[in-house]
Amino acid sequence: MGIAVETSDLMHATDVQKLKEKIREVRRSLVDMTSMIGVHLGSSLSCLEIIATLYFLKMRHCPHRPQWKDRDRFILSKGHAAPALYAVLAEAGYFPKEELKSFKLIDSRLQGHPDLKTPGVDAPSGSLGQGLSIGIGMAVAAKMRGSRSRVYVLMGDGECDEGQVWEALMTAAHLRLDNLVLIIDRNGWQLDDRTEEVKRKIPLRSRLESFGWETYSINGHDVEKIIEVLDCADRAEQPVAIIAHTKKGKGISFIEDSNKGHKLKLSEEEYLAAIKELEMKAGCA
Amino acid sequence: MRIAFGEALLELGVEVEDLVVLTADVAKPTQAAVFRDRYPQRFLNIGISEQDMVDIAAGLALNEKVPVVVAFAPFLMRGWEQIRSTISRCNLNVKLVGTHAGLSASDEGASHQPLEDVALMRVLPNMTVVVPGDREEVKEATEAIVRKDGPVYMRIGRDEEERFLDEEFRLGRAVVLKDGCDVAVFSNGFLTREVLEAAKEAQVDAMVVHVPTVKPLDAETVVSAAKKAGAVLCVEEHSIIGGLGSAVAELLSSEYPVYTRRMGVADTFGESGTYRELLDKHHLSAPHIKKAIEETAGRRGMR
Repeated sequence: MGIAVETSDLMHATDVQKLKEKIREVRRSLVDMTSMIGVHLGSSLSCLEIIATLYFLKMRHCPHRPQWKDRDRFILSKGHAAPALYAVLAEAGYFPKEELKSFKLIDSRLQGHPDLKTPGVDAPSGSLGQGLSIGIGMAVAAKMRGSRSRVYVLMGDGECDEGQVWEALMTAAHLRLDNLVLIIDRNGWQLDDRTEEVKRKIPLRSRLESFGWETYSINGHDVEKIIEVLDCADRAEQPVAIIAHTKKGKGISFIEDSNKGHKLKLSEEEYLAAIKELEMKAGCA
Repeated sequence: MRIAFGEALLELGVEVEDLVVLTADVAKPTQAAVFRDRYPQRFLNIGISEQDMVDIAAGLALNEKVPVVVAFAPFLMRGWEQIRSTISRCNLNVKLVGTHAGLSASDEGASHQPLEDVALMRVLPNMTVVVPGDREEVKEATEAIVRKDGPVYMRIGRDEEERFLDEEFRLGRAVVLKDGCDVAVFSNGFLTREVLEAAKEAQVDAMVVHVPTVKPLDAETVVSAAKKAGAVLCVEEHSIIGGLGSAVAELLSSEYPVYTRRMGVADTFGESGTYRELLDKHHLSAPHIKKAIEETAGRRGMR
């Protein structure tokens, strides 16, 4: 018994190490994309570890059979972070990494906001506040079919301004959807200003709890914590909400925790500085 | 019509295993309750939250189900942006059914009388728009839209027992109910009944064409009727902006420009009253239509 646990821990440690390496790769792809065209880099970087952990470690999915019926689903409700999703999907093998260069170009499969044209994209988004409702529909369908398929929805904190989000929070709790997990990327910024300046979200956690959700708060850049809370969500008997405290622009100091990187195209100089910083951090890791 | 719709859902429930019905706290007045009672496991009452409901349907469709969303038409339009950005954009297999069409919510007043839903749905790419006329046609149309892949909007109105259509409903087909050569009258929904009565009384030889599918429009039938009659009248229980009349005018403006008059609610809201009073007030009852038929025939050959 003891040995089995140790072996599993060892495997886990290797997996986590591999995950971290992949996250570095994906972050690099994102920065490369931002040197070519305007990207919502800040909000892509704040949720990168979450999306990567889901696709590289947690979810049951199959890049060679994107339409596999019993796969777990991921909905990027904050659609402006599409570059993060695309970079992860490419790394996972849904399409060639080379294709990331076509992001937002005419006739590309990689649209400015998620679209079903892209292999691996489970739901469209771009108009905020809709992902959780779509997730409810998917989770209900899975239950009707007796499938083990689970549904993960990633939403922004600014997105919580949308009334539909609160309709959906009520619905999912009412239906006791234990196969639905909501992750809120709590980076504290929305387009115009800090989230609490535009419209107060605090006390977010108790609001979610009062709507009937099992709620957790974690550091959204700590992959061990992300894995732990997602595993915990597997055993819940009601929908689970995870408030992931993050930093907009995480990893690139000149845009970190600010709105400077809400949408930008990096200059040559900025690009080189960003790459240098990423490489330095990779060296330390 | 709503009763016929409920009956059709029940029948389809047997054959289409993936059929799921959703509503927003209006199961009883829309007749969705009939389906709920028979198939409780395939029925979702989402509560009074239309936007949530529309996207839940999208999620069901993305996971292989065939959702039918049922709500009062004006409040279903509250989910228009969700319909646009998610269902129509991705061509999802969701059926949207709006009840209490046009002025048929009569005594409830303007808030409950949708006069813009056909326009709002027609403008969306991928969307099919259906406005059936009588009970039997509602049943046939319900079956047809559930069996068609892709998004569809169907609007249904009053519970008239009367049958006035003989031809079977076929998606995308307009049918000539009465031949004539002085004016072609296009209509749909319950008003086709009024048009038939008006055409019978009129002093001119009117062709009556029932157009239950507004989109895609049966261009061949519409153009050939316009060619034969030389003047066109469109009648619908909808704003004169954006509905069937607009669809016909858009088509004829390029394919066969001919004098075209549109009857409907003239860019205004409804109000409380009986259904008959409202039709009269907005000149949509048979006597008013008769007069318009005669006047339009007089414009024959003019542009």
